[in-house]
Amino acid sequence: MRIELQNFTKRFGDTTVIEDMSLSVASGEMVALLGPSGCGKSTTLFAISGIHRIDGGTLHFGDRDVTALPPQDRPVGVVFQNYALYPHMSVAENIGFPLKVQKLSSSEIKRRVSEMADLVQIGNLLSRKPQQLSGGQQQRVALARALVRKPDVLLLDEPLANLDAKLRLEMRSEIRRLQRETGITAILVTHDQIEAMSMCDRIALMKDGNIEQISTPSEMYERPASRYVAGFLGNPPISFLQAEANGQLALGGGNALALPNGITATGPVTLGVRPEHFGPQHRGSSVAGRVSFIEPQGREDLIDVILPDDQRLRAIVPAGHDITLGQEISWQVDLDRVHLFDAEGARL
Amino acid sequence: MNTKGNWILILALSLISAPLVIMYGFQLIDSISRPAPGGIIPQEWELTNWRFLWTSIDSARPSIWRVTFNTFVFASSTALLVCAFSITAAYALSRLNFSARRFFLAGLIMLHAFPTITLIIAIFIVLQFLGLYDSLMGVILVKAALELPFGIWIMKGFYDSVPWEIEMAGVQDGASRFRVWRELILPQVKPGLSALLIFSFLAGWSEFILPLVLAPGADAQVLATYMNAVIADDTRPDYGLFKAIGMFYALPVIAVYLLFQKRLMNIYGGGTKG
Ligand SMILES: Nc1ncnc2c1ncn2[C@@H]1O[C@H](COP(=O)(O)OP(=O)(O)OP(=O)(O)O)[C@@H](O)[C@H]1O
Ligand SMILES: [Mg+2]
Repeated sequence: MRIELQNFTKRFGDTTVIEDMSLSVASGEMVALLGPSGCGKSTTLFAISGIHRIDGGTLHFGDRDVTALPPQDRPVGVVFQNYALYPHMSVAENIGFPLKVQKLSSSEIKRRVSEMADLVQIGNLLSRKPQQLSGGQQQRVALARALVRKPDVLLLDEPLANLDAKLRLEMRSEIRRLQRETGITAILVTHDQIEAMSMCDRIALMKDGNIEQISTPSEMYERPASRYVAGFLGNPPISFLQAEANGQLALGGGNALALPNGITATGPVTLGVRPEHFGPQHRGSSVAGRVSFIEPQGREDLIDVILPDDQRLRAIVPAGHDITLGQEISWQVDLDRVHLFDAEGARL
Repeated sequence: MNTKGNWILILALSLISAPLVIMYGFQLIDSISRPAPGGIIPQEWELTNWRFLWTSIDSARPSIWRVTFNTFVFASSTALLVCAFSITAAYALSRLNFSARRFFLAGLIMLHAFPTITLIIAIFIVLQFLGLYDSLMGVILVKAALELPFGIWIMKGFYDSVPWEIEMAGVQDGASRFRVWRELILPQVKPGLSALLIFSFLAGWSEFILPLVLAPGADAQVLATYMNAVIADDTRPDYGLFKAIGMFYALPVIAVYLLFQKRLMNIYGGGTKG
């Protein structure tokens, strides 16, 4: 089911948290709402679910206008960060609650609950209480409860935030599997870029209640629309250098790079270089500096380079090199892969 | 904790509580024995002090069973009223965003700390106006009203500790707000509710001033006022009898405490565990 949110505005009292935001999610697609804490991800999610009333704009599911529908009547399943399982009910009762509300017969409820439980692989836990489950199992129950009504839309608010690293990995692929298997349209709220990139078809990167860029993970990584997007994605993060464009890129301290193809701008610009595009192993325009920090990571090392004008670049260098701390180097920047931003931070 | 420290603590606590224990002990002993005149050592075991249970101790007084029944009705009606209003009012105060919410909250705290006895004249006049003066119904309403701020405050604390998400999840699962409250939220605050029920029952059971002032007649007498009458208008007070009635009056309280002490602790813990 296609989700179409248009000119969405949300206020809490006098503060406008989200103004005039639009988002559309194609049927069967999984989109991540990614952004720092407080940027309005959950607010957007709960507006779509119906828990928050919309102060402006419209929301359509497919061709149906659901803007004024109460949450009870929206075909939406929600998984909350703390799972929000009903503590006094067994797993089976938890999953069956939405069906009980629909007044289905108890045999029908039983059948669909066990079907759902099998799908999320907790068929053997149906008689337990939520407190007797591990975090990952609780997560599965929450997913089953959200999906049992066969909603058209699945909304997930930081579903993995409360899990430890190993479980997070497991549930990441599990959630994606369920989404694919059921073909449901899904929105995932997260502030973890890895989660967003690995689980979703597209990412909507939010900043202060607005969507800064929405595109596929690889496109967003390779062609960030702004300095903010470039800085948000990537681990270790991208390095930014202040430069002066005047036929070439003057970096100060004697360093200069050729202008990347197709760039004609002049004046102050920001150059973004990801660590994997700088190092002795690349070909291109070189930058001289001094090695200020080496962080071994096993397969490769992270190396910080300090330029003559005190700006910093970071490089990823395959292990087995003989670089030492304090060494003067001149390494290459892969000019086809760097990003240039104007003074306002927009991509050039 | 080390055992020596433990013993010192226990000793100190025993010393402090000894007078109370001795008093309770003698209340029991004196109610079933006759001490030597002027002494405290029991001379003879007997149950004559408990005669109020099977005979009328004097013709002007209602039977003890009638009075006990009144007390029970008084205490349990009060408890039910307090609970019924507390679980709904506290939910509203905890969850719903209505315009006078802050005003009600502030009022609640103030009423909670208010010396209610100063209201007694006004209450008296109101009851008389309503025709509820000297009736059990009247005292029940007054007692319940005076207990409500406490009850609402306690229940609000319990509601506040139930995560919002449970409520949102219920709504999203298609249940009405009322159904969410009934089936999903109320079970979470049950420990608080049962504690409040017991607590307000005991508060009603031991209430003295309100029945004394607002329902002095024989028909609406409760155990507290009955005891007061026994000791007050006899020319030669029968302390043995008084103590036996006192014992009888205290037994249900002790029983309730023994049975439900765990649940009562919830009120002071304020948590939803248990
Ligand atoms: N009920 C509310 N009343 C007032 N302000 C609110 C309310 N809910 C959220 N806000 C504000 O709206 C803004 C966005 O909140 P939101 O919960 O959507 O952030 P978020 O992106 O989900 O952050 P996080 O990653 O921390 O969950 C925040 O500044 C927050 O303080
Ligand atoms: Mg959030």
